[in-house]
Amino acid sequence: MANVVLALVPAGIAGGYFFGSRAVLVMAVCIAACVVSEAVWQKLSGLKVAVSDLSAVLTGLLLAYNLPPSIPLWMAAVGGAFAIIIVKQFFGGLGQNIMNPALAGRAMMLICWPVAMTTWALNGISGATPLAVIKSGSGELPSLMDAFIGNIGGCIGETSAIALLIGGVYLIARGIISWRIPVVYIATVAVLSVITGRAGGPVLEILTGGLMLGAFFMATDYATSPMTPPGQIAFALGCGIIASLIRAFGGYPEGVSYSILIMNLAVPIIDRLTPTRILGEAKKNAGK
Amino acid sequence: MSLSTFRGGIHPPESKSQTEKKEIEVLEPKGELVFPMSQHLGVPCSPIVKKGDRVLVGQKIADSEAFVSAPILSSVSGAVKEIGTRMTISGAMESCVIIDSDGKFEHAADFLPHRDFRQLDKAECLRIIRAAGLVGMGGATFPTHVKLSPPPDKKIRWIIVNGAECEPFLNCDNRLMVEHPEPIIGGLEICLHLFPDAEGVIAIEKNKPDAISRIGAELSERSANIRVMPHNVKYPQGAEKMLIYTVTGQEIPPGALPADVGCLVLNVSTISHIWHAITDGIPVLDRVISVVGDVVKNPKNIMAPLGVSVRELVDASGGFTEEPAKVLSGGPMMGIAMRSLDVPIVKGTSGVLALSSRSAPIFEESNCIRCGRCATTCPMGLQPSILDRLVRARDYATFEAAGGMNCIECGSCTYACPSRRYLTQLCRDGKAGVMAERRRQKEKGENR
Repeated sequence: MANVVLALVPAGIAGGYFFGSRAVLVMAVCIAACVVSEAVWQKLSGLKVAVSDLSAVLTGLLLAYNLPPSIPLWMAAVGGAFAIIIVKQFFGGLGQNIMNPALAGRAMMLICWPVAMTTWALNGISGATPLAVIKSGSGELPSLMDAFIGNIGGCIGETSAIALLIGGVYLIARGIISWRIPVVYIATVAVLSVITGRAGGPVLEILTGGLMLGAFFMATDYATSPMTPPGQIAFALGCGIIASLIRAFGGYPEGVSYSILIMNLAVPIIDRLTPTRILGEAKKNAGK
Repeated sequence: MSLSTFRGGIHPPESKSQTEKKEIEVLEPKGELVFPMSQHLGVPCSPIVKKGDRVLVGQKIADSEAFVSAPILSSVSGAVKEIGTRMTISGAMESCVIIDSDGKFEHAADFLPHRDFRQLDKAECLRIIRAAGLVGMGGATFPTHVKLSPPPDKKIRWIIVNGAECEPFLNCDNRLMVEHPEPIIGGLEICLHLFPDAEGVIAIEKNKPDAISRIGAELSERSANIRVMPHNVKYPQGAEKMLIYTVTGQEIPPGALPADVGCLVLNVSTISHIWHAITDGIPVLDRVISVVGDVVKNPKNIMAPLGVSVRELVDASGGFTEEPAKVLSGGPMMGIAMRSLDVPIVKGTSGVLALSSRSAPIFEESNCIRCGRCATTCPMGLQPSILDRLVRARDYATFEAAGGMNCIECGSCTYACPSRRYLTQLCRDGKAGVMAERRRQKEKGENR
């Protein structure tokens, strides 16, 4: 967990740089809400308090990265508590949750407080995110360079592609995540953006929205992704297709969160259909 | 020869340096020696001596009518003190023959040296091998005469000598190869005499350069169809199925035996005992044991007579520098924790490993986070995290359907698990659960 938190630091610095101290405050509130919820739950239910495993810190950080910097702090705190208690602890705690807690927390917040969750401001000026611009067909798209470094509207931790890439490459280099899910996910979105003729082109398509954050840090969550390599590829492909369909044809401008949540629910069946091959067994047993 | 490798596996610290260069020392037994009736896989033996009998070195003291069994011979001369129940190295209480050594080492005349094995036919060789009490000395203790009697329709193409010794800490096989390469090659020649169509391969992990060069030098003077094959260092390279894959590229189907893919695998110690039994007329009386670990004062490789207590080996190695947290029979990966030092060593004992609480901490399990590392490291291609869940739910039928019976208990998954779950232990329980269920079904069928 410590390594994943470390890998998220560059994106946090970028968020603080582009969105100011308010973003840092949101991160602090989310982390505090998650850690306190976990500790209180574990205490009350007679479990060993295991906040030192840093999993709650990680959930809090990821949730904050998925929120607009202007989000009211109490909402952020409620989102963190929901993520930990309802999504994670109700299902059995660490490793047992069926959905990514941070993303499920964000989905709940988007349903409860749609306005607060979709109000974006950059440098004090409110404006639409690049994906909202593409969806509505009006407004100006940012330059690729701005999208790459993160000088665009969006959630706290999702805008700086370079910062997320640094963290993602670190995780792959350390062997903590495999390349399969992020690479297949991002490639699928790029290819489908060409097929569906998206206005910004494939490069802008993969640099904007929550794709980098989702592909490297959320879809790769061990608890909610398949365990075998073929399963991971199928999972990432599904994420890419669903995200692209929502972006191109759905009511929301962005579909990364929902694509991962939906595919999270498909993990048990994917795991069942992609067993490992036992040594000496005939070299075909998928689907058996 | 290109070096292929099996899927999965781990790279634990090799920790071989304590006894890597230590010459094998011979231990003289004192006092009483204890011989458990079950030192092999198969039917346990029954004593054929009684209290007060005088026995000689190499004299058979217990045997069984069963084919899958191997007799037990005395390693000393002396008097039978008792036939009773004692704790064995696995912690179980078993029937044992206890002999008081008289220190004279008078040999029994049961064995004849056969300088030229080529004049013996297969049946005679197998008879001598069984009479010598030979079992797989790598630890599996499968009776050697059974292994060397595959069904006639199985054509044996490879006889593989297992010199991998992939368990960390242990050097008993390594030292045997470095100090006594001739009996190993000689034993392999005997096996090739029994299976003339086979090729002999001596497989050694590359972290044993001395063994590779010693065996290689010994071989170059002979013309037989034997080659040395150094292979990559990876645990569990010495596991039979992994070794066969590395040497021949073949996978053994679940439930099948090495002979089904034309292979026989014998440990270096077993194969040199084949040579000693047939050529020198010396049965299995002793074996090399590495006495190692961070709390052992003078770690050693000891040629120990069967039946001496672990305590004697520890005393011969200078004792402990501090109270060990754990003493294992075998290596750190597959070894079994001992309950007492006052248990006799048996044919399958390869090491005595004593560790402090610093090097053998006991971790608390935490939840599985589904990282999949256990599945990546499992050399058998199983998914230990799933098997673990099934065993905890006592769902032995699904455990079996998920391939649980293929587990070789190598410990790689437990080593790799970041949540420190007791995966190997649970798989072992699961296998025992399936076997118990099968027995119940069988009894039900018989009672009907």
